[in-house]
Amino acid sequence: MEPVTSTSYIVLGVALFMLLNSAALAVYFERRIAAFIQNRVGPNRVGPLGLFQPLADVVKLLLKEDVTPTQGYRVIHTIAPVIPVFTALMTAAVIPFGEGLYVTDINTGVLYLLAITSLGVYGVTLAGWSSNSKYSLLGGLRAAAQMVSYELPLGMAIASCILFSQSLSVVDVANSQEFWWNIFRNPIGAVIFVVATFAEANRTPFDLVEAEQELVGGFHTEYSSMKFGMFFLAEYMHVMIGSMLITTFFFGSYHLPFAGYWLPEITGMWKVILDVSVFTAKTVFFAFVFIWVRWTIPRFKYNQVMKLGWKKMLPLSIANFMVLAVLIYAYYNFL
Amino acid sequence: MISYIFIFLAILAVASALAVVISRNTVNSALFLVLTMVALAGVYLLLQAQFVAVIQVIVYAGAIMVLFLFVIMLLNLDAEKSLFNKLRVKYFVAFIFGVAVLAQILYSMGTVSNMLPEISPQMAQIGTVEAIGDVLFKEYILPFHIVALLLTAAATGALLIAQHTINPVTEKND
Amino acid sequence: MISIDWYLALSAVLFCIGIIGVLIRKNAIVIFMCVELMLNAVNLSLLSFSSYHGNVDGQILVFFSLAVAAAEAVVGLAIIIAIFRNNLSVDVSRINLLRW
Repeated sequence: MEPVTSTSYIVLGVALFMLLNSAALAVYFERRIAAFIQNRVGPNRVGPLGLFQPLADVVKLLLKEDVTPTQGYRVIHTIAPVIPVFTALMTAAVIPFGEGLYVTDINTGVLYLLAITSLGVYGVTLAGWSSNSKYSLLGGLRAAAQMVSYELPLGMAIASCILFSQSLSVVDVANSQEFWWNIFRNPIGAVIFVVATFAEANRTPFDLVEAEQELVGGFHTEYSSMKFGMFFLAEYMHVMIGSMLITTFFFGSYHLPFAGYWLPEITGMWKVILDVSVFTAKTVFFAFVFIWVRWTIPRFKYNQVMKLGWKKMLPLSIANFMVLAVLIYAYYNFL
Repeated sequence: MISYIFIFLAILAVASALAVVISRNTVNSALFLVLTMVALAGVYLLLQAQFVAVIQVIVYAGAIMVLFLFVIMLLNLDAEKSLFNKLRVKYFVAFIFGVAVLAQILYSMGTVSNMLPEISPQMAQIGTVEAIGDVLFKEYILPFHIVALLLTAAATGALLIAQHTINPVTEKND
Repeated sequence: MISIDWYLALSAVLFCIGIIGVLIRKNAIVIFMCVELMLNAVNLSLLSFSSYHGNVDGQILVFFSLAVAAAEAVVGLAIIIAIFRNNLSVDVSRINLLRW
C-alpha cells in the first residue's frame, strides 16, 4: 500500500465533487434526452436551457413533507437511503482518472470494488423491509435477488480482465490497456460486463424493481422528501459509477485507442489534461448510453431477467474466462 | 495511531456483538452482526491481511448475511416480546458458563503475555493476493478442491431441503 | 505498536459473547448468527497468529473456514426454513417432536 500524499486528497476532493454534480447533471440530461427521443421539448424553463432544473428539483424535494409509515421501523427506514449513496461514493477511492491520478492504489482494488458493490444490496433490501408494505417488500426482495444474481457474471467478466493485467490493482488494469483495449481482447466479457452493470444499477431494461404496473414504486413506494431524493441521487450516481467502471475495465481507461503505438510521449500538465479529458469523454458517452437504452428498450419480465442471469450469462462468462485463461497460458508458454 | 484505531474497532465489534445477542428484533440482530463483520474486516486490515479483509466483506457481509436477511424477511418473524423480563435460572447458568470460558481463555493467555510484541515485518509481502494465491494453489490445492466439492454439495443439499413439493392429491377412485 | 495479546483478548471476548448468545436465545436464526460470530472470533485469532508469526498458513485456514461457513449457512438456513414450514415457528424450545 502506498503512502497517502496530498495528490490523493486533491483527487479525492475533486472526484467526489464531480461525482455529486454529475449525478445532478445526469438527472437533467436524462429528462432532456428523453424529451428529444420522444419528440418533446423537456424542461427548459428554469435558467438558461433549463440547466437549473436539478436545483429546483432539490429545493422541491427538501420542502416536501417527510412521511414515515406508522407501522414501519423508523430507524432502519431512515438509515436505508444513505447506504446506496455511501457505497457509490466509496468506489471512487480506487478508480484511476489519469496517469498517477488516483486516490489510492491497493493491491486488492478489484476485489474492493466487488465488496463495495455487494454491500449496496443492503440499501434496497432494508428500505423494502422497513417500510412494512407489500409493494416495498416485494420490490426490495426483487432488487436484492437481481443484484446478487448479476454480481456473479460481473465478477467473472472482471476476472477475465485480470488475466490480461495479471494484477488485482485497478491502476494496473488501466495501464495494461495502453496498447490494446480490453474490448478488443475480450469482447464477450465486455458485453457481459455492460449488461451486468445495467442490472446492478437497476436501470431499464432491468428496472423490474420499480415496475409501476406491478409494484407501484418498488422499494421506495413509502419514501418521500429528501429520503426519496437520496435514492434518486444514488441511482444516478450508480449510472456514473457504472460508466466509469465500463470505461476503466474495458474501454482503455484514460488511454486513447492503441495509444501506445502512435501517441508521442507527453509529460507534465498536458498529459494530465489529456488523460482526464479522455476519461471524462468516455464516461459521459456511457452515461449517455445508459439514458439512451432506457428510452429505447422495453422492460424484461422478472423470470426472463433471472433466466438471462443464471442460465445464459453466468455459464457464458465462466466459459469465456476459461477459454481466455487457456489461450493466455498457451501464448506465454508455447509461443 | 494504530492503537487508537484498534481500540475503536474493538469497541465497535464487541458492542455490536452484544447487540446481536440482546436485540429483540431478528433483523436488528442480523444488521448488528454485519456491523461486527465489517469492524472485524477493519481489524484484519490492521493485521495487514488485506486479502482476507476484503474476502470477509464479500463473503460474510455481502453473501451470508444477505441470505440471513432474506430468510428473516420471508419468514416474517415477530419480535420476541419476553427476552429478559423473566429472571430465569437459564440466563444465570448461560452467563456463568460464558464468563467461565472467557476467564479460562484469558488466564491461559495471561501466562504468556508479551510473547509476540510486533507484527512480523514479512507481513507486507505475505498478506498480498499474489502470496496467498501462490501458497493456496501449490501447497493447498487438494483442500481447495475438496472445499469446492463441499460448496457444490451444500448448494445442492440446500435446494433439496428447501424445495417444497406438495404431493398432488390423487383422485383416483374416490 | 500493540502486542498480540490485545487481538487474542478481542477474539476471546467475541467468542464468549457468541457462547452466551447460543445458550440464552431461543430463536434458531439468532442462535445460528451467534455460531457465525464464534467462527469469526476464531478466524480473528488465527489471523493474528498468522500475522505475528509472519506465516501465511493461518490466512489460508481462514479462507477455508470462510468457505465452510458459507456452506454451513446455506444448509442451516434451508433446514430452518423446512422447520418453519412444519411448525410455523423457529423457537428451538418448541421443536420437541421427533415425529408428527
